[in-house]
Amino acid sequence: MEFYRPTSWREALEIRAAQPDALPITGGTDVMVELNFDRARPAALLDLTGVPEITGWSEREGQIQIGASMSYTAIIAELADRLPCLALAARTVGSPQIRNRGTAAGNLGAGSPAGDSHPPLLATGAKVHLESVRGSRELSIDQFYLGVKRTALEPDELIRSIEVPAARGPQQFAKIGTRNAMVIAVCSFAIALDAGSRTVGTGLGSAAPTPRQATDAQDFLAEALPWADRDPLAEELANRFGELVAAAAVPIDDVRGSARYRRHALAVLARRTLGWAWEEYRCA
Amino acid sequence: MRSRRKFEGRQPVSEQREQIGASRRTFLVGGLSAGAGLAGATMLGGSGTAVASQSTELAAAAAPPPDTRKITLTVNGQARTTDVDTRASLLDVLRERIGLTGTKKGCNQGACGACTILVDGDRTLACLTLAARYEQREITTIEGLAEGNRLHPVQQAFIERDGFQCGFCTSGQIVSAVGLLNERPDVPDAEIPELMSGNLCRCAAYPNITAAIRDARGEG
Ligand SMILES: Cc1cc2nc3c(=O)[nH]c(=O)nc-3n(C[C@H](O)[C@H](O)[C@H](O)COP(=O)(O)OP(=O)(O)OC[C@H]3O[C@@H](n4cnc5c(N)ncnc54)[C@H](O)[C@@H]3O)c2cc1C
Repeated sequence: MEFYRPTSWREALEIRAAQPDALPITGGTDVMVELNFDRARPAALLDLTGVPEITGWSEREGQIQIGASMSYTAIIAELADRLPCLALAARTVGSPQIRNRGTAAGNLGAGSPAGDSHPPLLATGAKVHLESVRGSRELSIDQFYLGVKRTALEPDELIRSIEVPAARGPQQFAKIGTRNAMVIAVCSFAIALDAGSRTVGTGLGSAAPTPRQATDAQDFLAEALPWADRDPLAEELANRFGELVAAAAVPIDDVRGSARYRRHALAVLARRTLGWAWEEYRCA
Repeated sequence: MRSRRKFEGRQPVSEQREQIGASRRTFLVGGLSAGAGLAGATMLGGSGTAVASQSTELAAAAAPPPDTRKITLTVNGQARTTDVDTRASLLDVLRERIGLTGTKKGCNQGACGACTILVDGDRTLACLTLAARYEQREITTIEGLAEGNRLHPVQQAFIERDGFQCGFCTSGQIVSAVGLLNERPDVPDAEIPELMSGNLCRCAAYPNITAAIRDARGEG
């Protein structure tokens, strides 16, 4: 097996184009499990951790660019104020060891509907920057997911960065699992309130073949919330929001939970996270 | 170091295989089944053997040269140069090539923490890491913590608090605790369990492990 370790982004793209069957590896927390158990035998590995252009993050006009090799640990340490929802989700990924190596870009590359980065990226309207030797393109996050472990990445493309708008209001993330660490989400939910435009973003994980937004729930809430008066959250409103979130889910029965339980739990998560976010908005 | 001497008397399976010209695939599968702990061995089971013999046949027909590369790793302050299969995990290289068997292979999928090492001071799972990626980085294993006969304060605290029962997870627990105390020298009691959540102990020595970390806190 060939092992490539480019030291520039250009070189990485050239290798990717010349050898599309070279599997990209960043944190390796998904790829190495596949290799260790002989579930994958890639012809080659393309290690992206030697590429300086994709480390760290930058900010321009309220948009944060997260480089593809930025670890969850770094996201938590450096971006919790600007991207609270993504940082909350990052804190629930695996364990400290997994968070030291794992990346949000790798989470996207793996494309599991249970990945914890997806709900916050959906709720905040993130964009994915993809590049190949042919050029670059930008996809809104909801266009990136095509099916279970299927994404819009072309064989010659790499994820260069993820662009997330800095929070313009309270954000929350919650996840159901059997313990507080090292769990794949039974289901998960993210909410982002935009106090400026008075809009609401949502993201559902482990709820359908792909991570998705609950657009009806978002529209309903944006319209119904007492943005100006900052009244306490009405119970009927929270309940209706929960129902609409559950209605957006197309979950399955599996070892982690039944479809019925997932729908129920999503409604609960939606009500709770809305309650927390709304209290924060009222007190701001 | 007792384990090292014992190791040197025996040739690692991987080297034997390479010398007889077996393919890199054989090396990988061989490395796995020979080095695997409980989880790996069980999961590979019969199918692992089938894969091994099939790929040996394929390799005999095509006979590609094994994809190895010479790498130099800095382990516990010492430069170690060795030929490795490009897809070998750092865990396999540490244990089978370099002979440092203190780092344990539990699950081989990142969930148990028995293979925790430090890379430039960061807690890292050796099983989820390719050796070839870590040249020019500072690798610390359990063997590198003590200074001569003086145990690291975390090692000492584990002994005093009886932070283990069977001991299989202990080297990973200790290295992880050292990493934790680097990150958060004044970690509050309440956060220790969460920040040690990547290290499982099937004997459930958790109360003693957390007590040891509390003792070692502030001594480092
Ligand atoms: C013990 C354990 C616990 C875990 N717990 C969780 C959890 O709680 N929540 C969760 O969401 N996940 C979890 N995971 C899965 C994994 O850690 C995450 O999916 C992580 O985000 C993967 O990132 P990585 O950088 O390690 O990816 P890698 O393993 O390096 O890559 C993953 C995939 O993405 C592709 N890829 C990587 N980088 C790029 C790029 N720049 N461009 C294009 N493709 C790319 C790779 O080819 C591969 O297909 C866990 C894994 C383990 C082993």
